[in-house]
Amino acid sequence: MLVQADIDGELDARDAAAIAAHLDGCAECRALQAQLRRIKETTRTEATRFAASDDFRRRMAVLAQSNVTRPAATRRRLQWGGWIGSFGLGAAVAAALMLAIHVPRDGGDAQSVLDGHLRALQSGHAIDVASTDKHTVKPWFDGRLDFTPPVKDLAAAGFPLRGGRIDAVDGRPTAALVYGHGRHAIDLYVWPTVAGDAAARDTARKGYHFVTWVRDGMRFWAVSDLNPAELDEFARDWQAAD
Amino acid sequence: MSVGTVHATPGRAILAQPPPREPGRLMPAPSFDSIALPHLDAAYNLARWLMRDATEAEDVVQDALLRGLRYFSSFAGGDGRAWLLRIVRNVAYDRLAARRGLATLPLDGDGEEGSLADTLRDPGDNPETAVGKMQDRARLDALLAALPVEQREAIVLCDLEEMPYRAIAEIAGVPIGTVMSRLWRARRNLARLAKAGGA
Repeated sequence: MLVQADIDGELDARDAAAIAAHLDGCAECRALQAQLRRIKETTRTEATRFAASDDFRRRMAVLAQSNVTRPAATRRRLQWGGWIGSFGLGAAVAAALMLAIHVPRDGGDAQSVLDGHLRALQSGHAIDVASTDKHTVKPWFDGRLDFTPPVKDLAAAGFPLRGGRIDAVDGRPTAALVYGHGRHAIDLYVWPTVAGDAAARDTARKGYHFVTWVRDGMRFWAVSDLNPAELDEFARDWQAAD
Repeated sequence: MSVGTVHATPGRAILAQPPPREPGRLMPAPSFDSIALPHLDAAYNLARWLMRDATEAEDVVQDALLRGLRYFSSFAGGDGRAWLLRIVRNVAYDRLAARRGLATLPLDGDGEEGSLADTLRDPGDNPETAVGKMQDRARLDALLAALPVEQREAIVLCDLEEMPYRAIAEIAGVPIGTVMSRLWRARRNLARLAKAGGA
């Protein structure tokens, strides 16, 4: 099998040299090598390498781009990736380490959540599945995420469910539930966490307000331009609802 | 391993239950389509050779993309082609297992009887002729299609996709030594089939 590994290009220089030396003095192995090489070359050049049809390729492109990554998010990440590439990997790693040291965890998540919220508002693509029925919204996430977010309707409390979408927070697909309150929109981001339960805490950033909590292995981030008191009320009602 | 048996797929547990992860990754992840779509032909070719049917191959690739989308968070970077092909392979094996009838195959699988050298040295035929008979596309495709599925997959990944042993081992969920012995048996079988078919 060393002869085979040699013709498959899997040997390092030293082993390849040792094989070559052996082949010089061994007619039997030379014959084996020649045969293996012919079999490999014949297979490589003569066997059919099937290609996907154009129609199939188009359908799969739509499928691959449809669910987890919405177009706006994709563009943003590609630019970001290109920027990092041009900046150089070493510098990027250094910058990332500094971020890890200096920015508290919640700050990073809040910014990421806010990015997603604003991206959705600006692109006019805030909702992938529009429904006021939690029994429609919840199953919609099945098969699109590797977890099932809890979905509740708070219409009775003045925060009707409008729908949901899949959004990326820091590169990870998350569920974003969209609620209304008058003319305001509230995004409730949900993703699994290994952290234990944590009571709701408020933060604010750039005129937007946030409430975050952890419950039953899920991290929640509510973000909105609502005033803090109303957003707190939303968070309390949500946690109390069935 | 017994002769000619299609085995359960080792290593697919990794796709069954990705660990929950907080979005704490420091660099933005690439999108799923940018990882998967460049390898669509490789995915289709592998599925086509494993299923030996064009329609089923498309079904397998579509299912694999859906599975890939769902578990994309488990993609830890690295070789996107190997990651996607591993999913394609697992979907295909699930379907083959469900299909039955493929549990036993006529050729020796991972058994040890005979050797490539013996086969090629068989006095009944000239080895040059045996391999020469392979040089006909339709015939070679038929020979390859007749190999046990694990040997076929090893040849397709090694010689058609030109992947290194390490990547093939990752896709098949087996050690590199197993990849080497499957390739060895596959090539011995190809030579033997070429000879038998042409006699």
